[in-house]
Amino acid sequence: MRYIPHTEADVQRMLERIGVRSLDELFVGVPKKHRLERALDLPAAESEQLLTAHLQALSEQNASTQTHDWFLGAGTHAHFIPSAIETLVSRSEFTTAYTPYQPEISQGTLQAIFEWQTMICCLTGLEVTNASMYDGASATAEAALMAMRCTRRNRVVLASGVHPHYADVVRTYLSGLSAEIVTTLRAEDGRVSGLADLVDDQTACVILQQPNFWGCIEDLKSAIEVAHAHGALVVVTVAEALSLALLTAPGEIGADIVCGEAQSFGVPMSLGGPHVGFMATRQKLLRQLPGRLVGETTDTEGRRGFVLTLSTREQHIRRERATSNICTNQGLCLLMATIYLCLMGRVGLRKLAELNLAKSEYARSRVRETPGLSLAFEAPSFNEFVVRLDGDAAESLARAREQGIVAGLDLAPYAPDLGNAILVCTTELASRESIDRLVEALAGGAA
Amino acid sequence: MSDRRTKVGNTANGFSYEEPLIFEHSTDGRDGFSLPELDVPPVDPTELLPEGAVREDLRDLPEVSEVDVVRHFTRLSTWNAAVDLGIYPLGSCTMKYNPKLNDKVASLPGFAAAHPLAPDELMQGFLQLCHGLEQQLAEVSGMDRVTLQPAAGAQGELAGIMMIRAYHEHRGEKRSQVLVPDSAHGTNPASAALNGYSVTSIPTGEDGLLHPEAVEAAMTEEVASLMITNPSTLGLFEEHIARICEIVHAKGGLVYGDGANLNALLGITRPGDLGIDVMHFNLHKTFSTPHGGGGPGAGPVGVKNILAPYLPTPVIRKLGGDEGEGYVLDYELPRSIGRLHGNNGNAGMLVRAYTYIRSLGPEGLKRCAEMAVLNANYLLARLREHYHVPFDRLVMHECVLSDKFLHETGVTTLDIAKRLIDYGYHPPTVYFPLVVAGAIMIEPTESESVESLDRFAEALIAIAEEAHEDPELVRTAPHHTRRTRLDETRAARHPVLRWQPERSA
Repeated sequence: MRYIPHTEADVQRMLERIGVRSLDELFVGVPKKHRLERALDLPAAESEQLLTAHLQALSEQNASTQTHDWFLGAGTHAHFIPSAIETLVSRSEFTTAYTPYQPEISQGTLQAIFEWQTMICCLTGLEVTNASMYDGASATAEAALMAMRCTRRNRVVLASGVHPHYADVVRTYLSGLSAEIVTTLRAEDGRVSGLADLVDDQTACVILQQPNFWGCIEDLKSAIEVAHAHGALVVVTVAEALSLALLTAPGEIGADIVCGEAQSFGVPMSLGGPHVGFMATRQKLLRQLPGRLVGETTDTEGRRGFVLTLSTREQHIRRERATSNICTNQGLCLLMATIYLCLMGRVGLRKLAELNLAKSEYARSRVRETPGLSLAFEAPSFNEFVVRLDGDAAESLARAREQGIVAGLDLAPYAPDLGNAILVCTTELASRESIDRLVEALAGGAA
Repeated sequence: MSDRRTKVGNTANGFSYEEPLIFEHSTDGRDGFSLPELDVPPVDPTELLPEGAVREDLRDLPEVSEVDVVRHFTRLSTWNAAVDLGIYPLGSCTMKYNPKLNDKVASLPGFAAAHPLAPDELMQGFLQLCHGLEQQLAEVSGMDRVTLQPAAGAQGELAGIMMIRAYHEHRGEKRSQVLVPDSAHGTNPASAALNGYSVTSIPTGEDGLLHPEAVEAAMTEEVASLMITNPSTLGLFEEHIARICEIVHAKGGLVYGDGANLNALLGITRPGDLGIDVMHFNLHKTFSTPHGGGGPGAGPVGVKNILAPYLPTPVIRKLGGDEGEGYVLDYELPRSIGRLHGNNGNAGMLVRAYTYIRSLGPEGLKRCAEMAVLNANYLLARLREHYHVPFDRLVMHECVLSDKFLHETGVTTLDIAKRLIDYGYHPPTVYFPLVVAGAIMIEPTESESVESLDRFAEALIAIAEEAHEDPELVRTAPHHTRRTRLDETRAARHPVLRWQPERSA
């Protein structure tokens, strides 16, 4: 077995040293009646060569950005990933290290997290952030929990534009606590509506998504005023992190917690995970923040170094009184995102966001002028928008697939009231020609 | 020492580099990106978007070249200890070797560049893999059904306890308590509390085991579940597990198994056969997915059939009969606890774990358990005379020592851990489990050869000698790292959690 170094001679020598005669005797603590008296019923061991071929074959049964033109986003976004990321992240010193409990020999991981924290603060416009969460959905749920702790209130108002999966995860996370969750209406233009009717003095937080699930850019300022008037916190969740490079930082206009999904920053779509959630807040709420934090300090010789800090908030110290049960963060994915943000930098990230906006505007203009297609919402958008079809959405999507196009998300299960509608995402991967083909393929289904 | 330093440059010691923050490398006008030419009409965001919607600048992001970035992170990497550099014996973390094949296949475009919301027919390869992995994990654990959705062990615990709550509620029972042994991981009580349960701690017996009497005494019809880690964090198999499960079941409770230490049981015994009703798997422990500096993990959960109606949605279903062939994501599970993950779980980790199980097969998995247990007992045999062993008997995958023999020297567990670093070893888990004062918890895993274990044991023995001969040397360790001990008190008292630019007024 190539992963296990023991020879039979080694085993004998070790058993002698331990003072037992057989491997079986080592398991004396496991009562005989509990021993499995048969081999596990699993496929036999396979060679690296044949297993590689098997996995290759399985992978080829999945569509990917390599096999199709890709316009499906909805929280997982197809962006170009610079080569340097995989090279750097593949270094064993990063992949095969664990949580930096021993800071003297974990400065690489710790410093990278400190850099991540700095960049997430910059992007969100907030003062403190943690060392990442599992994903955008659980980060949003943790934000709701945090708001309930901070305000000692139990009502959570979800805006209509929060990603349905995020909303589901919020409901699941809060299901064991006596929380009340209400959802707002959606306005004609795709943005939140009727918020003022739902926020009251028992509301812990209002959760808005920016841009929202339908791709629309919310008027955060007005929503924040409504929430704050009742002493509720405002959580802004961001499923497409690249939008932060273009849109006003939510923290700068009053959001109390900004969280979301940073997969767009150089993390492979990878069938939905592992991705990397983020969560930022104000300094005054720091003690209620869940998850790991890295702080700067000095060593005994006065040199700068980094450590995990404020761990008295966490489960391994505080146990049932911890701010969360979260243990791991998304170290390697956080590292991908950090490297990505360094490569793109101050100028590149903004240019890329503007490029996404331009592609989307082009696609929207093509939709507007094409018979059989229309835009469902008039609110401004970033790189995602809802197309309404005169024809059947499922049929149009299937026809596009035959032409090698994954055209978007059929919204029938998410918003049946929209009729035949699909959510379309155009990133820098979409060429003008591919957008033209997309529009033609969808319009081909017009009645 | 200082007079031997070079006059210029930033090396700490020859080719070991000091490395500033990336922001301190930043130079206006430098860049590390390339974007394709715009092939659609340009837009002006401030014209297109409402007033106030567009931000001005990203001024705290760095401006650096690709060369700067590659050197920066390559240098940072050299500041880390890692499994690929040597034994990383963190108890309860199972820092086994991470096969490179697994990383390679997970990065195939059909996995890495595929999308979670694509129609089922466009991800049949992935669904087939998941279905296979679910069956494999069920067979290994003796459970009936498995969900692959939870993103980490702690999220798996949350899912498991939620299913237990849903089960009781469906039967019209409101139970309010969860029992957790005092040797448990902190995630257990935290997960129970997050589910609205109060937590009752049960004491471990003097032999380090959980005893039926202790469970019996705490078990009432208010108790929803007992959460148990087997083998325990003391490295001991809970011999009374079957009886304990009976006691919990007799009062209508269910037993949650924390799978953190499953590595010791592969092919030896199965939690499901012992009476466990629901358990999570830490794929990054038992099934070799990389720990990545603290994640990503993956925490699938196995359940007995009684809990199957409550599994998170969607579940993966193999079609049969009139439905045709293939696999679908099924959302029709009316009593489901709902969704825990934004998508279908940490797929990249699932691909790796599947590949690992297929690489080892049934004999290989059993060999993991046997060699992991052999290694832990061998280390214990080599160290027994030099360190206090609170529960001295044959152990499973890990052994727990303490600093008790060294009290007179003033050297503590923390000092031993730091001195190990000077010898080139990552320290074991320290001060856990909480039931052992000054615990040193060593899990060598099956990946270490006898020579590697000998060298590690010799280092620990040498440190015990040093503690008597020159305690100050140990108390001030590490001496040979690029950073000496870091001031954690200062970090907590005056939190500096981000870099701040020096801006002129």
